[in-house]
Amino acid sequence: MNTVAIVALIRNDMRLYFADRRAVIVGVLVPILIAAFFGYVFGGTGRNEDAGRIPIAVVDEDQSAVSRAITSDLSADKLLQVTVLDRAAARAGVKAGKQNAAAVFPKRFGEQATRALFSGRDKPQVVLLVDPSQIAGPRVIEGLLAQYSMQEISKEAFTGDAGRKIMDDFVTDLDRREQTATSADLRTLLQSARRLNERRDGAAGAAGADPQRGFGLTIPYTTASTQVTARDSAPYNSYAHSFAGMAVQFILLAGIDAGVLLLLTRQRGIWQRLRSAPLRRSEFILARLLATTLISLFQFTLIYLAAALVFRVRIEGSWLGFAGVGIAFCLLNAAFGLMVATLGRSAPTTRGLANMATLLLVMIGGAWVPAFVFPRWLQSASLYAPTRWAVDGLDGATWRGLPFDSAILPITVLIGTAAVCLTVAIWRFRWEE
Amino acid sequence: MLQVEQLSKRYGDRLAVDAISFAIGEGETVGLLGPNGAGKTTVIAMISGIAQPDGGQVSLGDVLVTKDADALKRRVGLVPQDLALYDELSAWANLQLFGGLYGLGGDSLRRRADDALALVGLADRRNERVKNFSGGMKRRLNIAGALLHDPDLILLDEPTVGVDPQSRNAIFDNLEALKSRGKTLLYTTHYMEEAERLCDRVLILDGGRILANDSVVKLMQQYGNLEAAFMQLTGHALRDGAEA
Repeated sequence: MNTVAIVALIRNDMRLYFADRRAVIVGVLVPILIAAFFGYVFGGTGRNEDAGRIPIAVVDEDQSAVSRAITSDLSADKLLQVTVLDRAAARAGVKAGKQNAAAVFPKRFGEQATRALFSGRDKPQVVLLVDPSQIAGPRVIEGLLAQYSMQEISKEAFTGDAGRKIMDDFVTDLDRREQTATSADLRTLLQSARRLNERRDGAAGAAGADPQRGFGLTIPYTTASTQVTARDSAPYNSYAHSFAGMAVQFILLAGIDAGVLLLLTRQRGIWQRLRSAPLRRSEFILARLLATTLISLFQFTLIYLAAALVFRVRIEGSWLGFAGVGIAFCLLNAAFGLMVATLGRSAPTTRGLANMATLLLVMIGGAWVPAFVFPRWLQSASLYAPTRWAVDGLDGATWRGLPFDSAILPITVLIGTAAVCLTVAIWRFRWEE
Repeated sequence: MLQVEQLSKRYGDRLAVDAISFAIGEGETVGLLGPNGAGKTTVIAMISGIAQPDGGQVSLGDVLVTKDADALKRRVGLVPQDLALYDELSAWANLQLFGGLYGLGGDSLRRRADDALALVGLADRRNERVKNFSGGMKRRLNIAGALLHDPDLILLDEPTVGVDPQSRNAIFDNLEALKSRGKTLLYTTHYMEEAERLCDRVLILDGGRILANDSVVKLMQQYGNLEAAFMQLTGHALRDGAEA
């Protein structure tokens, strides 16, 4: 084995890579910038509470205690970013995409809703203006609106001034009707509520406190949401995923460039000089494989260095697993580039087709958005894309904090795919003229 | 030194080289002349080990190309017709690669690269990128790249194509310096005056066959000058679209 020649070829490929500053910038700086953007959009480091809030508008045409209380509850919710507007401004905001939805409380909403709580009739209508391009936002708003409305309407119904008057009117109405067992029970319930209110008013008066608006129906449980990441104290850092995705994408694109460079070399006098040297086919292929792997590892290291230093991406799991997935992916990239070079004919066509294939692989591999948001069939299909295993492997070693065991399968798949690409490359590689 | 016996090469239906035989002695400079498509580049490719002959044999001393191509390649330096240089790299980096391909490294590579650069007059430009070189400088560096492993036989495939008279003259000086060092040169060209100036002997090739194999002096005596010999032997028909 002519190791001096192999080292010379590797060193030469590295020099060619670094001589093209634009390629270095595209290969390192651009993925960092795009990953920073995606990471920020999808929640950043998890420490910014404003990130991911759903923007909604509230139109309070009622201005009752109930509508004001519901507006206040919605404004205090961490999931929402509430703006109070008039109906025209709210509609314009939703139309322009500034608000995901707008909830309109019509006039007499509080009174009608409180009355309907007892009678079940003449329910007021809350109009929801929704942006049809938003899928999850309006559903979240409907749920929160139901929760806060029940809480505030029941509070008003049982303890508020308007609610007490409505309760008295309802008892009077019951007295006028034909007496049944049900109406007697209902009267007893309402009279009990009245006595409870009177007792609370007395107690509050003695203490000098405001007796208004005491209790309402609330959800009879609380939820404690814990982010299941590497450590309980570590919030989800969406940069970890975006950097995995962009590293995979841009390293693959650089691998194609390496393949195209090989294609171009064949068309230059340099190919004759290489062929006239005592260099074997296997030595040449090995040198190309190692050179591209080293260049990919350089890119990989710089991208993750930026991720760690600037965006607080940490390897919460196995360092060995992280390194293993990284090296296996870089090896796959080099083999993929070689395969592209041996299958392609002209450089522009090869570059175009390979770029298209790479972007497809990257897209279905979950590099742009996590694979779990895909439809179920696409999630299954994406398991055939090596990019999915690379991204999952890197996610596992970083924010998921998984041990080395979980990196074994991704590493095996990546190395296996590299072996297939290399086999095709060796089979198709034309060395003899 | 170099023995070519019954060498043949076919590309599809076309016979590019048709059972040619010739020999070149040590220290001799031989011109390989022929119109476009005569088979000159194919002959060079087979002698340098790039192309496999379909028939015949090439040997250098006691080394047969078909038996030990690597050993033959170590004794042959090729200057391809197309520039075999990386424009993006410095002259030094290019030579470091070409020397490395022959197993050279460290001080020996440095020394030989310095010698080669000095021979072609580029010692003071070693750290400049090739893309900043003139056409003539690139051609000279192209020659330097073939000298690093100190080959016995140097194959030059139209080394002066596309350069100005000054650069051509500088290249002649380089080749004469190599000749004076006892190197054996096989030189293809379209320029008869180059062959007249440099070569001891000339092979005129056409249609894959050798039409003449004689000393420059004898051919000039017989035909008046090389141009006349060439035209009389190869004819006046145009060779448009001819390859190799």
